[in-house]
Amino acid sequence: MNNNQPIINLEKITFGYPGQKLVLDNLDLKLYKGDRIGLLGSNGSGKTTLLHIIMGLLKPLSGKIEIFGDTLTKKKDFINIYQKIGFLFQDADDQLFCPTVLEDVAFGPLNLNKKKDEAIMIARRTLDYLGLSGFENRITHKLSGGEKKLVSLATVLAMGPETLLLDEPSSGLDDGTKQKLANILNDLNISYILISHEKDFMADLTNKVYVIDKGKLSVCDKIHAHLHTHPHISH
Amino acid sequence: MINETFASGNSIMHGIDPRLRLIFAAIFSFTVALATQLPVLNQALLLSLILVAAARLNLWDVIKRLGVIWGFLFLLWLVLPLTIEGEPLYRLGRLTFTRPGVFLSLQITLKANIILLGFIAMAATMDLATMGNSLARLKVPEKMVHLLLLTYRYIFVIEYEYQRIIRAAKIRSFRPGTNMHTYKTYAYIVGMLFVRASERAARVHQAMKCRGFKGKFYSLHEFSISWKDWVWSAFMLLCILLFLYTEWSL
Repeated sequence: MNNNQPIINLEKITFGYPGQKLVLDNLDLKLYKGDRIGLLGSNGSGKTTLLHIIMGLLKPLSGKIEIFGDTLTKKKDFINIYQKIGFLFQDADDQLFCPTVLEDVAFGPLNLNKKKDEAIMIARRTLDYLGLSGFENRITHKLSGGEKKLVSLATVLAMGPETLLLDEPSSGLDDGTKQKLANILNDLNISYILISHEKDFMADLTNKVYVIDKGKLSVCDKIHAHLHTHPHISH
Repeated sequence: MINETFASGNSIMHGIDPRLRLIFAAIFSFTVALATQLPVLNQALLLSLILVAAARLNLWDVIKRLGVIWGFLFLLWLVLPLTIEGEPLYRLGRLTFTRPGVFLSLQITLKANIILLGFIAMAATMDLATMGNSLARLKVPEKMVHLLLLTYRYIFVIEYEYQRIIRAAKIRSFRPGTNMHTYKTYAYIVGMLFVRASERAARVHQAMKCRGFKGKFYSLHEFSISWKDWVWSAFMLLCILLFLYTEWSL
């Protein structure tokens, strides 16, 4: 894959849930290296659905999905994608299912056939990076909402993804944790698609924003214009 | 819900290797369950009390746990002495309490309390995550272990969802009573809980797939056996051998 080629290339994607009108209607999206795309849209507009289609969790009715230069059609085509694209779920309780934090963070690397010691080392390193040292033996369901969110991000980053799909990572977080999460994402040298309803958060973390409405994407310039009217927010 | 009241602590019992505690909890329970002699049960009761004392547990919490089975045992005491045939022990009008009936009730009461005390001291003094990992190390089938661990993980989430639904009903003035409206409401609540649990399971499965899940879970827990574990195991083994000797020698 050369640098001019998009990492994610969706062409004319159409999707609808049975018995309902189309959620995505001939939608096109390209994510290039270095892109940090924000996705805005009202509830039920199809933002999460779009990310699920990229991950192969939902199959579009029609259209073409090309990721890292490969055209993906069948479910098994997506298996190799899971290592390269990390998906942070909206609800951290969906993401964290192992009894302890260390086991949860090491789960991905172990699935990538890493040796046990190496997986533990990766997990510890990721937790250190996110400022979660000492969380290794904490029971996942006993973590606070903010801690769960950060540990969820650790589970994704431990797999060494080249791209992230972040589904409302800031929802339900207090200002301190939100800022911490924003700093972490800003420091990552990685492309991502971010869904959020918080305009300041999105403005701070993206270089391109799209609005999804009636199944189609359109560029939204208002968010970054909004940023310039708030001098306290900086890239 | 699961409170794991006894799981944290720094007593001798909490420090013993969880695998050994589980093994001896099982052997102890079988020995007590199969014992027929009262002296054996007395010895076992003494051992279970020593173990509870060694675990330095809150006595009131232990009694509350035992209270769960006492109601059931009370029913046995009401029925067995009157229904088991044998030598009469006491007559109350037309009711006859028999010696074998009372003996059987006493045996069941002692056995149930001893086994529960033993499990409180040996098994309840570890959290469920440790128990799951210990069972995995003891070669209990993986699927059963992970079923246990996933249930443990999500029972709290489902309970939280149940509380949310109940709150939603209460703030709309729902007051349970003995009427069709209440039964219907509870049916909706349980139905909704199943739907949400099923949706949750689908999302968790998706999250697992996104992290490369191939049908295998991994346990990273490391256990090591120290000299304290060996001493404790030797003590437990001696006690169990004493029970067996007493059982067969009487």
